[in-house]
Amino acid sequence: MDIELRGITKRFGDIVANSNVNLHIRAGEVLGLLGENGAGKSTMMNVLSGLYRPDEGEILIDGKPVHFRGPGDAIRAGIGMVHQHFMLVPVFTVAENVVLGVEPTGVLDHLDLVKAREQVRQINEQYGLQVNPDDLIENLPVGIQQRVEIIKVLFRSAEVIIFDEPTAVLTPQEVTEFFKIVRALRDAGKALVFITHKLHEIHEVADRISVLRAGKIVGEGLPGQTSDQELAEMMVGRPVVFEVEKKPFEPREVLLDVRGLTVLRDDDSVAVDNASVSIRSGEIVGIAGVQGNGQTELVEALTGLRRPSSGTVTFQGKDITQASARERHRMGFAHVPEDRQRAGMVSDFTIAENMALNTYYAPPYSRGILMDWPKIYEDSARNVVAFDVRTQSIFTPAGTLSGGNQQKMIVARELSRDTKLLIASQPTRGLDVGSIEYIHKRIVAAREEGDGVLIVSSELDEVLALSDRILVMFKGRIVAEFGAGARKPSKNEIGLAMAGAVA
Amino acid sequence: MAVTDTAPAKAQTISHAHRRQTLVIGWLLLALAVFVAVFFAMPTTGTASFRLAFPGDLFTVPNLKVPAAPYAWIVAAVLAFFGVRQFLPGAAKWSGILFGIGLLLVVTAFLTWATAGKSFSLTGMLQATLIRAVPIALGGLAGVLSERVAVVNIAIEGMLLAGAFTGAVIGSLLGGTIGLIGAVLVGGAFGLLLAALVVTYRVDQIIAGVAINLLVLGLTSYVSSQVLTHYRSLNNAPVFRAIEIPFLSDLPVIGPVLFQHNLFVYGALIMVAIATYYLFYTRVGLRARAVGEHPEAADTLGINVYRLRYINVTLGGMVAGFGGAWFTLGSVGRFDDNMTAGRGFIGLAAMIFGRWHPVGALMAALVFGFADSLQQKLAILRTPIPAEFLAMAPYIATIVLVAGLIGRARAPAADGKPYVKE
Amino acid sequence: MSEQNGSDTLSTQLLKRAAPGRTDFEDLVILPVLAVVVALVLGGLIMLATGVSPSAIGRSFVALFRGSLGSLTAISETLTAAAPLTLAGLGIALGFRAGLFNIGAEGQVIMGGIAAVVIGFSFEGMPIWIHLPLALIVGALAGALWASIAGWLRAATGAHEVITTIMLNLIAMRLVDYLLRHPFIQKEGRADPISKNVLPSAELPHLLDWVDPALRLHAGFILVLLAVVFVWWLLFRTTTGFEFRAAGLNPDAARYAGMRSGLIIVLVMALAGALAGLAGANQVLGVLGRASPNFSGGVGFDAIAVALLGRSHPLGVLLAGLLFGALQAGGRQMQVSAGVSLDLIAIIQALIIIFIAAPILMRAVFSFALQKTAR
Repeated sequence: MDIELRGITKRFGDIVANSNVNLHIRAGEVLGLLGENGAGKSTMMNVLSGLYRPDEGEILIDGKPVHFRGPGDAIRAGIGMVHQHFMLVPVFTVAENVVLGVEPTGVLDHLDLVKAREQVRQINEQYGLQVNPDDLIENLPVGIQQRVEIIKVLFRSAEVIIFDEPTAVLTPQEVTEFFKIVRALRDAGKALVFITHKLHEIHEVADRISVLRAGKIVGEGLPGQTSDQELAEMMVGRPVVFEVEKKPFEPREVLLDVRGLTVLRDDDSVAVDNASVSIRSGEIVGIAGVQGNGQTELVEALTGLRRPSSGTVTFQGKDITQASARERHRMGFAHVPEDRQRAGMVSDFTIAENMALNTYYAPPYSRGILMDWPKIYEDSARNVVAFDVRTQSIFTPAGTLSGGNQQKMIVARELSRDTKLLIASQPTRGLDVGSIEYIHKRIVAAREEGDGVLIVSSELDEVLALSDRILVMFKGRIVAEFGAGARKPSKNEIGLAMAGAVA
Repeated sequence: MAVTDTAPAKAQTISHAHRRQTLVIGWLLLALAVFVAVFFAMPTTGTASFRLAFPGDLFTVPNLKVPAAPYAWIVAAVLAFFGVRQFLPGAAKWSGILFGIGLLLVVTAFLTWATAGKSFSLTGMLQATLIRAVPIALGGLAGVLSERVAVVNIAIEGMLLAGAFTGAVIGSLLGGTIGLIGAVLVGGAFGLLLAALVVTYRVDQIIAGVAINLLVLGLTSYVSSQVLTHYRSLNNAPVFRAIEIPFLSDLPVIGPVLFQHNLFVYGALIMVAIATYYLFYTRVGLRARAVGEHPEAADTLGINVYRLRYINVTLGGMVAGFGGAWFTLGSVGRFDDNMTAGRGFIGLAAMIFGRWHPVGALMAALVFGFADSLQQKLAILRTPIPAEFLAMAPYIATIVLVAGLIGRARAPAADGKPYVKE
Repeated sequence: MSEQNGSDTLSTQLLKRAAPGRTDFEDLVILPVLAVVVALVLGGLIMLATGVSPSAIGRSFVALFRGSLGSLTAISETLTAAAPLTLAGLGIALGFRAGLFNIGAEGQVIMGGIAAVVIGFSFEGMPIWIHLPLALIVGALAGALWASIAGWLRAATGAHEVITTIMLNLIAMRLVDYLLRHPFIQKEGRADPISKNVLPSAELPHLLDWVDPALRLHAGFILVLLAVVFVWWLLFRTTTGFEFRAAGLNPDAARYAGMRSGLIIVLVMALAGALAGLAGANQVLGVLGRASPNFSGGVGFDAIAVALLGRSHPLGVLLAGLLFGALQAGGRQMQVSAGVSLDLIAIIQALIIIFIAAPILMRAVFSFALQKTAR
C-alpha cells in the first residue's frame, strides 16, 4: 500500500501545527520522521490516523484521495497507529484491549473472548511476539505493553503502521528487540513510519529520513549518508552543540547521604530496595534507568513527599529522614518534578502566583498570615527576565505558556532562591532544543555555585552529558555506579545495567 | 537476553496504613464485644420469639425462640475472639470479612435484645427488607450504568422523584401500566438532560446533578401545590398488587420473602441480571467500560465516546424512573413532596459499596433495606431508642460505608472527568 | 549597564496587567444576567403550562418586582432574605475555591440555628453585649463542627464530601426533629415540636426601628457585609487563602509545594460550616426568634445556586445573594397577589444554576450576540 500526504495543513486557533506537508510512505520501507518536540510530528500522524481533520490538503491511498471522518475510517483503510502514550485500558486483559472496537460477537451481542484469544495467539506466532492474551495490562511491563499495541494494529490488518516515539520507555536491549520486530514487519511488506527525535535510532532502523521543523518538511536524508550534524541542523535550524560545557570535577564535602533506603508504593510493593547514594557539593549525580524502576519513589522520599519504610537520609550531617517537604525547602532543597503540569505548577494560577508557590509562607513574601503581593510581583518579574521565560506579562495564566517556558518558570522558581541541593526529575522531557540547552546550562551553573545536583532521567544522552557520576537503578536497587574519576562509561554498559544484567 | 519478568515484587512487610487499619478494627471489635456484653447481655431477661410462619404457608414452621441473654453473651465472646485475632500475625487478610461478620452478629444480638419477652415476625421483616431495598437497588443500578461510562450521577435522587411524580399523576389518569411507562420515559428524559449538560455542554458533573435535583424538586413541589391540591383525582394512582408465584410462594420463609412481591421487586431483580450481562458479557458493554476507564483509548479505536455516554446515562435515568415509580405505583399510590427522602444518595452509596457492579449494588441495597425495615420494626417494638435516631440509621450506615471502613473500592478510572475531543 | 537597564524595562513591562478583554466581561457580567433573564422567561412558560392565565402571569411578574424592590418594606424583606443566603453562599464558595463540594450547608445551617437558639433562651439576665455575640459564636462553632466531620472523613479516608455532607444533612434534620420535642428545648405547654423563645438579650436588633418597627431588617445584615470582606481578605490577601486556592486548582502541585492537604480540607470545611452556622444563627436570632421543624427553609440548598452564580467570588456571592433574596421576597408577594406557588421560585433558581454552569450552552444559544470562543 502506498500513502501520500499532499499539502496537509492543520491549525489550532492561531497556531499552525502543520504547514503544507508533503510525505510519501511506501510499502516494504521504513520512513524515519525526525523532529524536535513541538515540531508537529504527532499532529501530522494524528491527521493520517484520522484523529484530526486537516484544514487543507489531502491524503491519497494508492493514488486515490480519501476522507477520514474519524479514526474508524483510517483503521478500516489499513492505517494503524502505535501511540507514544499507550492507548490501553489498564484493567482489561490483552485480548480485550486488542479486539476493542472490532470485537468478535455471537448471539445477543455476546462477546466471544475465546475467539479473541485465539486470534491473538495467531498473531503472536506469525510475528514472534509472545504475549499472553489473558494478562491484565496493568501487570505487564512497558516493553510488553508496547507489543500489545503492535498486536492491536496487526489485528486490524494494518498495512501502514506508525510508531510515535516508541523507544522513550524502553531499555537499550528492549530497543534492539523492538527494531528486530520492525524489520520483520517491513520485510512482510508493511509500510512503516518511525517518529522520533533521537538521531542515533533513525540511522539504525530507517530506510529514508524526512525532517520536520516548525510544522514544515525542511529536508530529507538517507541513513548512513547524511550526518548527525546535518540532521540536527535541519531539526533545529541552526548549528547544534552536542557537548555540554563543564569545568572539571572538583567535589567537596558530602551534602546528602542516603543509607539503606527502602520505600514502598501505595500498593505496598517495594519501589526502592535498600538503596544508598551520596551527593557532594559541586557534583552532578545522574540516575539512569527506565521509568518504573523506583526512581520516582526515590525522589519522593528524598524530597519529603513519601515516608521511607526503612533507612536514613542525612543532609549536612543532620538526619532528615522524617522531615517534611517544607522543612527540606527551608534547608535549601530545590525540586523540579518530573510531571510539570500535574505536580510542578498550578496551570490556572498566574506566573507570579506560581513563582511564590513554595515560598509564600515566610518573609519576605508574607508577614504572618498576610501576603506581600507587591514584593512577589517585583521578584517574579525580575526572575522571569533572568531565566528567559518568554511571556507578555507575569499575570498570564501559567497554563498558556509553552512546555519549554513552563519548565523554565519552574526552574526559575527553584533556582532563584539560595539553594544547596537540586533534584531534577526528567528535567527536559518534551521540550524543544532551545529550552533543553538553557536548562542544561542552568543545571551546570548550579553545580558551579557549589550545589549538589541529582538528575533522574531516562534520556541516556542527557545523563551522560551532564553527570559526574552515574548510577543505574533497576527494580529499586542501585545496580551499578560509573564515573567518579574513572573513564566515561559506554552506552552499552549502562544499557546492560539498566536491563539488570550486571556482572 | 531475557526480558524482564512480569509483576513487581510484593512487599514482605505490610505498609503502616494497612497495619493501622487492622489494629483499629481489632480495637473496634473488642469495644463492640464489651458493648454487647454490657447493653445486650447483662440487663436482659426473657426469650426473643421470632415468628417465621406466614399466612398461606404450605406447612407451619415453629417460632424461632432465642434466649436473649445467653445469645448476647455468645456474640460478645465471638466478637472478643475476632478482636483478639486482629492483633495476631496474618490478620490483615481477614480484617474486612471478620469485621463484616462481627457487625452482622451485633445486629442479631441487638434484634434479640429488642425482641426479648416479645415476639415479632422475622419473615415479615425479611420480606420488607426486599421491598425497601428496591428503590435503593434501582438507584444504585442507575448509578452503576452511569459511572461505568465515567459520568458521576448525583441526580439519581431527582430522577427517582420525577419517576414517583410521573407514575402517580399519569397512573391516576391512565392506569398503572401507562403510568409506569411514563415514569420510565420521564426518568430517561432527565437522564438525557444530564448527559447533554455533561457531555455536550461540559457542565461540571456534580453541579449538573445538584441542579437537576433542585429542578425536579422545584417542579414536583410546584405542580403538586399548584395543581394536585386542587385536583385530588390526579394524585390517586392504583398500586401494583403482589404477584404470587404459584407453589413457590407457599414455601415457608423463602416463599413470602422471595416469591410474593409485586412487579417492582421482580423487575429490579431482572434488571440487575440484564445489566450484569450487558456490562460484562456483551460487545457494547466492553466498549462502555472502556469509555469509563480510558476514553482516549476508546476514541482512537473509533468508538464514539459521546454517544456511548449519552446512551448509558439515559438508560440509567430510565432505570431510576422505574425505581421512582415504586414510591407511588408500588407503594402508596399518592405523591408527597420530596417523598424520596435521600434514597437516591443511599443508592449511590450502595453503588460504591457494591464496587460499581450491579449485583454488588443489589447486595448493598439489601443491607440498607434491612436497616430501613429494622428501623420500622423497632418503632413497633417500642424500644427505648427514640424513633428519630432509628431513622438516622441508614444515613449513618452510608457514611460508614463510604468512609471505606469495610473494604476499599476503585471507581472507573475516568470517573468525573469530561472528555474533550480535539 | 545598558543590559541592566534593558532588563529593568522588561520587568516593568511584565508588571503591567492586561486589560480585561471582551470575553472576560461577557463571562462575568453578561452571561449571568442572560441566565437570570432566560430562567425567568422559562418560569413564565411553566406557569402557562400549568394553567395560570396570562393576566395572572403578568401580575406574578409585577408582584415579583414590587415585592422585592417596590417599597421600603420590600427592600427590607429582600435584604433580610438575602442575609442567610449570602452567608451560607460564602461558605459554599469558600469550599468551591478549595475544590470541595459542600452540599451540606443545609445541615450546618440547622445545627448553627439550634445551637444559637439554645444559647438564646438560656442565660436569663445576661447583658446583650455578651449574650448576643455568644449565641452567634456558638452557632458558628456548631456549624463548623458539623462540617468538620465531613472534612475529617474526606481528609482521613477519602470519603467524598458530596455523599457525606448530604447524609449529614439528613441526620441533622432528624436530630432537630428529636431535639424540638426534648423537654429541655421544647417550649413549655406546647405539644408540637417548637423551641423556647429566644430571650430579648440575644436577639439581633432591628436596624430600621426608628423608621418603622415592622421592618424586619436586622443587624445580622451588618454581619453579612463583614463576612464578605473577611472572605475576600482571606482568599486573596492571606497565606491561608493562597493555600486554599492552590489546593482547589491542583492538589498535587499543592502537595509538592509542601502544603498539607489534609489540614487544608478540614480547615476549609470548618470555615464553610462556620459561615453556614452563622447563617442559621442569623435567621433564628434576627428573624424567627425560635426554632421549628424546617426553620432553615432550604436556605442551604439555595445558597449553592448563590455561590455558583457569584462565581465563588465574595463580591459575586453578595450580589447573587441579593438577587436570590429579591426572588424570595418577591416570590412571597407573588404567592399572595397572584396565587402562584412559591415553589416556582425554586424552579427558577435551579434553572439559573444550569444556565450559569453551562456557558457553552448559553454561548451556543446566543451566538448572535456573543464572541465566538476559541475553545
